[in-house]
Amino acid sequence: MTIIHHLDDATILAYAAGTLGEPLSVAAASHIAMCPTCCIAARRAETLGGEILESLELSSVSDVCRMATLASLDLRPEPAREPFQSPLQRLLAGKDYAQLRWRKVAPGVSVVELPLSKGVKGSVKLLSIAPGMTMLEHGHGGGELTLVLQGAFKDKIGRFGVGDIADLDETVEHCPIVEEGETCICLFAAEAPARYKTLIGRLLQPFIGI
Amino acid sequence: MLAVLMQMTENTKAPLSLAAQVDFGALLGAIATSRDRHAFALLFDHFAPRIKSFMLRKGVTPELAEDLAQETMITVWSKATQYSAERGAASTWIFTIARNLRIDRLRRDSAAHFVDLEGFDVPSEESSGDDTLNRSQQDIQVATALAQIPPEQRELLILSYVEDVPQVMIAQRLRLPLGTVKSRMRLAYRRMRKLLEAVN
Repeated sequence: MTIIHHLDDATILAYAAGTLGEPLSVAAASHIAMCPTCCIAARRAETLGGEILESLELSSVSDVCRMATLASLDLRPEPAREPFQSPLQRLLAGKDYAQLRWRKVAPGVSVVELPLSKGVKGSVKLLSIAPGMTMLEHGHGGGELTLVLQGAFKDKIGRFGVGDIADLDETVEHCPIVEEGETCICLFAAEAPARYKTLIGRLLQPFIGI
Repeated sequence: MLAVLMQMTENTKAPLSLAAQVDFGALLGAIATSRDRHAFALLFDHFAPRIKSFMLRKGVTPELAEDLAQETMITVWSKATQYSAERGAASTWIFTIARNLRIDRLRRDSAAHFVDLEGFDVPSEESSGDDTLNRSQQDIQVATALAQIPPEQRELLILSYVEDVPQVMIAQRLRLPLGTVKSRMRLAYRRMRKLLEAVN
């Protein structure tokens, strides 16, 4: 797996700072778990976070708080370390793609909504698109990430294969085509609430541009 | 707001001298191996007031900010064996704990995706070069680079970490288009990266 398309630096910064919303963070973390380059970039951005924490002004902490903290230490057992699972594995609860409950939304296009915390704006879903399908020309509102998990699509920017993430500027308009041979499965995350009149329209918007 | 930021940026050099005197990573090591309460007290006195400031920026009461600083530090104590100096500075690790707590408690989003990647590193050729570099040296380099970039870029970076608001809101506050804020952030970040690559 050679990853060509990475997260934008602005997205890496927001991710490491913790200001990227849950939907985009989930997609970013899923890419980072597959991509050495972005993993290093995220660690570097977290180092910057540590330095900024160091540089903050001091707000005095009360003696009561200090004493209570020291007194409570022995009451806290060390939490067990969980075996590593990627953000995607956790979201899919160990199921493989075939075991998921796909909902057909158009010929050749199926969707699975993935769970987020209660009250979170935006959405994360898996999209399955049949080989050879062309998606109509569309723009990006910003605040969207598309991570390829299986198969590939091509557009004027290039080829997006497994592990590649489309973190496209709001000015980019493109017209992706799913490669022949294999169904393309993508993780699609959007931070914005639905801007389209119908749910179906919103679901299909990134791929068929309605 | 600007006055506070100016004060913050002036302070960026101050911790360097302290960081050179105290090895916070070694203190975490002492907690991990021998539950060293004195080491914890030193860490608490250094980091708790900073974490409280970090939480206060979210606009919460001083009491809640203090509670969250306390909870961050108790997590530091209980998870100290999971810290490894090879993966980064103590300040980086403590920042990630405070960040996750802020997401979980104050924003009520889930920080589970960060927890998934805790202790996880994708094997890479690039990282072998990174690992040979002494981590505390690297921190000093990050601090130095942060001090060297132009003030308006530094301000934007600090805003993006300290203020728990999305980039789109930073853009609104600065009365700039989102695209402009993003490209300034990229510029600031790239300049920092260049400075870091130059010294490496």
